[in-house]
Amino acid sequence: MTDAATHYCAGCGHGILHRVVCEVIDELGIKEKTIAVAPVGCAVIAYDYWAFDTAEAAHGRTPAVATGIKRTLPEKIVFTYQGDGDLAAIGTAEIIHAANRGENITVIFVNNGVYGMTGGQMAPTTLLKQKTQTTLCGRDNRRDGNPLKISEMIAILDGARYVERTSMHNPGHVLKTKKAIKKAFEIQLKNEGFSMVEVLTTCPTYWALSPVAACKRIEQEVVKAYPLGVLKE
Amino acid sequence: MKKKNRILITGNEACGEGAIQAGCRFYAGYPITPQNELTSYMSKRMDEVGGVFIQAESELAAVSMVFGASCTGRRAITTSSSPGISLKQEGISYLAGCELPAVIVNIMRGGPGLGNIAPSQADYFQATKGGGHGDYRIIVLAPSSCQEMFDFTYRAFDLADKYRTPVMILGDGMLGQMMEPVAIKHGRRTPDDGRRAKPWALTGARDRKRNIVRSFFIGEGALEEHNRKLQKKFREIQKAETGSENYKTKNSDIIIIAYGSMARLAKSCVDRLKNKLNIGLMRPITLWPFPYKAIKSLDTGKTRFLTVEMSAGQMVEDVRLAVGDDKRVHFFGRTGGGIPDEEEIIKKVLALNRKL
Repeated sequence: MTDAATHYCAGCGHGILHRVVCEVIDELGIKEKTIAVAPVGCAVIAYDYWAFDTAEAAHGRTPAVATGIKRTLPEKIVFTYQGDGDLAAIGTAEIIHAANRGENITVIFVNNGVYGMTGGQMAPTTLLKQKTQTTLCGRDNRRDGNPLKISEMIAILDGARYVERTSMHNPGHVLKTKKAIKKAFEIQLKNEGFSMVEVLTTCPTYWALSPVAACKRIEQEVVKAYPLGVLKE
Repeated sequence: MKKKNRILITGNEACGEGAIQAGCRFYAGYPITPQNELTSYMSKRMDEVGGVFIQAESELAAVSMVFGASCTGRRAITTSSSPGISLKQEGISYLAGCELPAVIVNIMRGGPGLGNIAPSQADYFQATKGGGHGDYRIIVLAPSSCQEMFDFTYRAFDLADKYRTPVMILGDGMLGQMMEPVAIKHGRRTPDDGRRAKPWALTGARDRKRNIVRSFFIGEGALEEHNRKLQKKFREIQKAETGSENYKTKNSDIIIIAYGSMARLAKSCVDRLKNKLNIGLMRPITLWPFPYKAIKSLDTGKTRFLTVEMSAGQMVEDVRLAVGDDKRVHFFGRTGGGIPDEEEIIKKVLALNRKL
C-alpha cells in the first residue's frame, strides 16, 4: 500500500479490505507482477492506495478489462475489485461470462448492499425492507425485485473454480476473509481458473448506523440473506 | 508490387490481414452483419499467429477487452457494424480519456435502430464528432478499396500508437463484402514491438514506479488540465495527419466530394463526364481530421461542390464549413441502405451545370 490517507468514511469496509488484499499480495511476493482493475464506485481511486499497476474500467466492464490484460500477459496476476453495483447490476453480463470462460483471474466482490459513491441508492444486493435513497419505504420485492445472490449464480458455472463468501464484521471474520483471498490468488498462481471472494462489508453512512451497529447488522441480518462459506471449490 | 503477389480477398478479410501484418495480436468482437467475415477471419488467423481471439458476450465487453489488452501495451482491435459501434461508444470514450491506442472498425450498415444490413455512410457524425461522451476526437480513416482496407488498417496501428488514441476505420457493407486483388505487405513487426516504447503500459511494477491507467480526475482543475493536454494532441493530429486525394480537379468548375465506396462511384462519374465538363473529384481520406484546407484550396470562388454520400447529408456540413458559401455546396445522397447509381449522380451534376 502507499502512504496516502484513504478518502473512505469512518467504519467503511474498503480500507480494511484494501489492506487485507495488499497483505496477501505481499505475503505471496507477487506485487511486481500484479495488475489490478479498479471499478466505478467508492473504490474507483483504489489506485491511490495500491502500490502496484492498476487500470480503471468503465462501470461494470471490470472483468472484461481484466480478461484483456490477463489474456495478453498470462504470466501476471490480475484481479478486479468490484462493488455490488459494478458487479451485480451494470456488470452482470461481464462477470457471468468471465466466470463462464474460466478466465484465470481473481475477483474481489465487495457487497455492502448500497451504491455509496452516488449517495446511497438501492443496489441489487440491498435486503428486502432496507431503506435507501431509492427505496424510501424499504425495498419492496414487487416494485424493486429481490436481493441478488450472484455468487450462488456464479458458483453453478462450470468455469468457476472457486467461489467463497466471507464477512468483515469482526477481526475473526477479517482473518477468514484474508485466508479466502489468499486461496483465490493461489488458485490463479496455479493457473486453475476463475476465483472469486464475495466480502460482506459495512456502509455506516448509507445504512445510517454507527460503525459498531453496522457490524452488528451484518452479523444479525445480512448473513441470513447471504450465508457465509465456500460456494464452489 | 508484382501482380503475382496479390491475393483475392474481401475487404473485411483485407482489414483483418492488415491488423495481423501490423503486429496486432489481440482481437475481441461480437457477431454482426455485414462484418462477420472479419470476425471469423480473425478467429482463424489469431490461432495461426499465436494471438488472442475472444468472441465476447457483448460489444461493450469486446471494446473493454481491447481496452485491457491495450493497457498492457499490445496492439488490439475490435470490429463491428453500426448498431454494435453505438454500443462501443462507451469504451471508445474511455480509450480516448485514458489515452490508450486501439483500432476500431465500423463496417457501416443502414440505420437508425436495427436498420438493415445494406451499405450506408450514416455514421459519419458519430465517428467524426465524438460519438461517446466528453470532449474528444478520434482519427477516422476512410478506405475506398480492399487494398486500402488492408493499408489503412495497417497504418491505423501506427497512428494509434504515435498519438495514444483510438483510430477508426470507417468502411461500409459494400467495401467489407466485395472482393478485390490485394497486395499484402508482409509484417515488419513482432507482437512485442512497441511495448518497450510504451513506458505507461501496465506490465507489473518491477524496477519502476506503479503505472495507472485512468480517465477519472476529481481534484480541482485536474480534469480541465487533462482536457487541455488532449486538445493539444488533437491539434497536433490535425496539423500532421489530415489526408485527401484530388482526382482531375485542375481547373474544375464542379468538384464532387465523396469518401469511401462513394468516391469509387464518383470517380467513374468524373471519367464519364470529363469530355463534357470541367469536373473533378476530391476524396477525403481522413474524415477526422477533415481536410477543410484542401477543399478551400480547390475553390476559385465560383467552384460548385457536390457532396455525394450514402446518408441524408452528414459530411456535407463539413464541406459547407470548408467552402463558407452554402449556395455553392450541393448534396446528393441515398439513405437506409440505398446505393446511389452513376446515372443518378450524373443527372444531378448535369442539372448543376445548367445552373452555372
